[in-house]
Formats: sequence, structure tokens, C-alpha cells
Amino acid sequence: MTEAASVYMVDDVLLVAIRDNISDTDIIGLQEELSERIVSEQARGIVIDIAALEIVDTFVGRILAQLSSIARLLGAETYTVGMRPAVAMTLVELGMELSASRTALSLSHALRELKAEGLA
Amino acid sequence: MKSHDISEVLAILDEEFDETLKAWFHTQKQEGVRRPDLFSDAESERQLAELLRAFAHGAATADLNRPVDLEHESWADLRATLHDVTRMRLERGVSPTEMATMVLAMKQPLYERLRIRLADDPDRLIAQITQLSRAVDAFAMHINEDFIAERDQIIERQRTEMMELSTPVVQLWERVLTIPLIGTLDSVRAQEVMENLLNSIVTNRAEVVIVDITGVKVVDTQVAQHLLRTAAAVRLMGAEAIISGISPKIAQTMVELGVDVGEITTRPSIRAALSDAFRSVGFEIRPVEARRD
Repeated sequence: MTEAASVYMVDDVLLVAIRDNISDTDIIGLQEELSERIVSEQARGIVIDIAALEIVDTFVGRILAQLSSIARLLGAETYTVGMRPAVAMTLVELGMELSASRTALSLSHALRELKAEGLA
Repeated sequence: MKSHDISEVLAILDEEFDETLKAWFHTQKQEGVRRPDLFSDAESERQLAELLRAFAHGAATADLNRPVDLEHESWADLRATLHDVTRMRLERGVSPTEMATMVLAMKQPLYERLRIRLADDPDRLIAQITQLSRAVDAFAMHINEDFIAERDQIIERQRTEMMELSTPVVQLWERVLTIPLIGTLDSVRAQEVMENLLNSIVTNRAEVVIVDITGVKVVDTQVAQHLLRTAAAVRLMGAEAIISGISPKIAQTMVELGVDVGEITTRPSIRAALSDAFRSVGFEIRPVEARRD
């Protein structure tokens, strides 16, 4: 696995923590790895923690949006959590509202919601 | 080269510094700009001494063949001293004219001394006076710039303070925030609102945010865009945004303008929004049961 993100499987949920300096290649690798693992490990939910990301560009924004759409096609709900204010403002500025992804304040908020839906 | 020579002035400043300073102090007193109501004699004299010393230093190092430019580094000392003096005087209510007169009063004692020293050489006397004049005038004119820069800073500071005051984020309940918007919502303010709000979401770990626009006078397409963007950013952070205070008139305008709020919750009053917010965070409001006797 790439060093720019760590992925753990907990109770049918894939937890993904993205590191700050993730490169374009790394994030594409991450997209592939996650697509594979959703199927092989039968994940019902994905939580992507981007608290470490201090900046996003259009590329990272697009991949984040794609990840959620891919997961939905494979039967899993995606939560993007821990977004920093500056990142939220940039994404809105870029017109990327990640509408396919759900959002939550933190990892625990997302897990609570997934549990409430019986997905975790 | 000779025409831009102020060697005699420099000699005066070097050899008769204290006398010149005394005379300058006296002249500006006569001009009526000493402001004894604002400054003690000692303080005034200290300021003048610093200015005169810095001026002498600048005049000695500056190249007078070129236009006298106080931004040049040879005048750095004078600029710094002048800046301090200006700020202190501005704070105590001295006018730019008084400041300029104070500086220009420096000419008389220097002219006086030049006249004595160069009594036999009128050509040189005139040349030196001309050059001295150039330098002192530039010095005096620079005061205005300092004054304006200082005022601009005050205005800028007040603007920021006002901006902060006008976008208060209030915690209504655990995990519920509101930001009551009042007045007009232009791009700069919308940005401010968004920043404040998003940062407050982090600090308060808020889950629901009520953006109340009861006090917003006009909602046009631009304002609506700002509101929708704010709501989108709030959602990206993982919280829920409710826009409240949509009056019937604003609702009609928004529809006429073709504004689509999408999935964002909108409510006519903060009261309705609050009840939604409570439900979202798991509270409910109900009347205390009437006690039965």
C-alpha cells in the first residue's frame, strides 16, 4: 500500500486516513486499492478521514468525489470526515461539493451514523 | 556638482548642532505650533533633537544631484524617527499643517547661520539655501504621507473590527450554532461569514448551523449564491446548515430569480429552524406537564 494513506477494516467499514502530502499517483493508487477491497472484504461503508489535508486541488477533489461514486456502485456508503475549514472553502470555490459523499464532523460521528443504519 | 553642494549646511549641523536645535525650537514656538497643551518643552525638544540628528545624517549621505527621495535608504533614519514622532503627535491630535510648519521652521535658523558664514560669497549662499530648501521641503512633504498612512491604518483596523463584530457566531445549544446576518451581504462579508462559521464548527464541534437572514435587507442572486455556498461548505465539514428567516417576500424573489436551494433546509423563522436543529441533535422541546391536584 502507498505510504500516503492507511486503510483499516473495522466491522464492515473501511477506515481510510489520508496523509497530508499525498501525491497524485498515490491517490490514484488509493482509488484502485479501495475499489478492490470494497468487493473482496465486502465493505458496507467507507470513512475517509481528510483531517490531515491542509490543501486540496481540483485533482484531489475530483478523486475524492469519484471514490464516493465508485463505492456507491459497489454497494458501500462513503463518509468524508474531518475536513478543515480552509479545504471546505476551497472545494466550494472550485464548485466541488462532493455530493455523492456523505460528510461528518469526525470518524466517530460517521461510525455512529453507519451503525444507526446497520451498515457497521 | 557644486550647485548641489550643502557642505556648509552640514558644517553648521556638525559644529553648531545645539545652537541650531535651540533656535529651531524657538522658531517653531514663535510660529505657534509648539502645542504646550499636548507636549512638555522637554519632550518637544527631545523630538526635535532626534529629527535634526536624523536629518543631518540623511543630508550628509544622500546624493543631492538626484531628486530628494525620502524613500531612499540614506534617509531611513529620518523616516523612522519621523514616523515615531508623527504617530505620537497624531495620537495627541496635532494636525498635518502644524507638523509641517514645525519642520519648516527648521529653515530659519539654518538660513541665519548660512548668511553669517557665507556673507562674502553670495553665489554659494544662494546655492546652499536652494539645496537646503529642497531637502527640508521634501522632509515636510513626507509628513503628509506619514499622516495619511497612519490614518489609513486606523481606518483599516476599524474596518476589520467592525467586520468581526458584524458576524458573530452564537452557540444556541450543545452542537447547535447560529449566525444572525444583518445588513448587506457582499462578497467580502460573505467570505468573512463563511470563515467564522466554519472555524466555529470546528471549535464547538457543532452538528447543526442556523444561518439566519431575518436581518438581511435584500436577497438577490449574488446573496443567494453566497448563502448556498456557505451551506455547501458547512455540509462538507460534516455539519448540517439550515437557512432561516426567509420571509414570504424573499421566498417569492428567490423563486422569481430561479434560485435553487437544492437539498438545503430553509425555514421561515429561527424558531422553526431551532426546533429542527433540536431534533437533529436528539433533543425535543415539550411543555412541562400541568400538575394535577
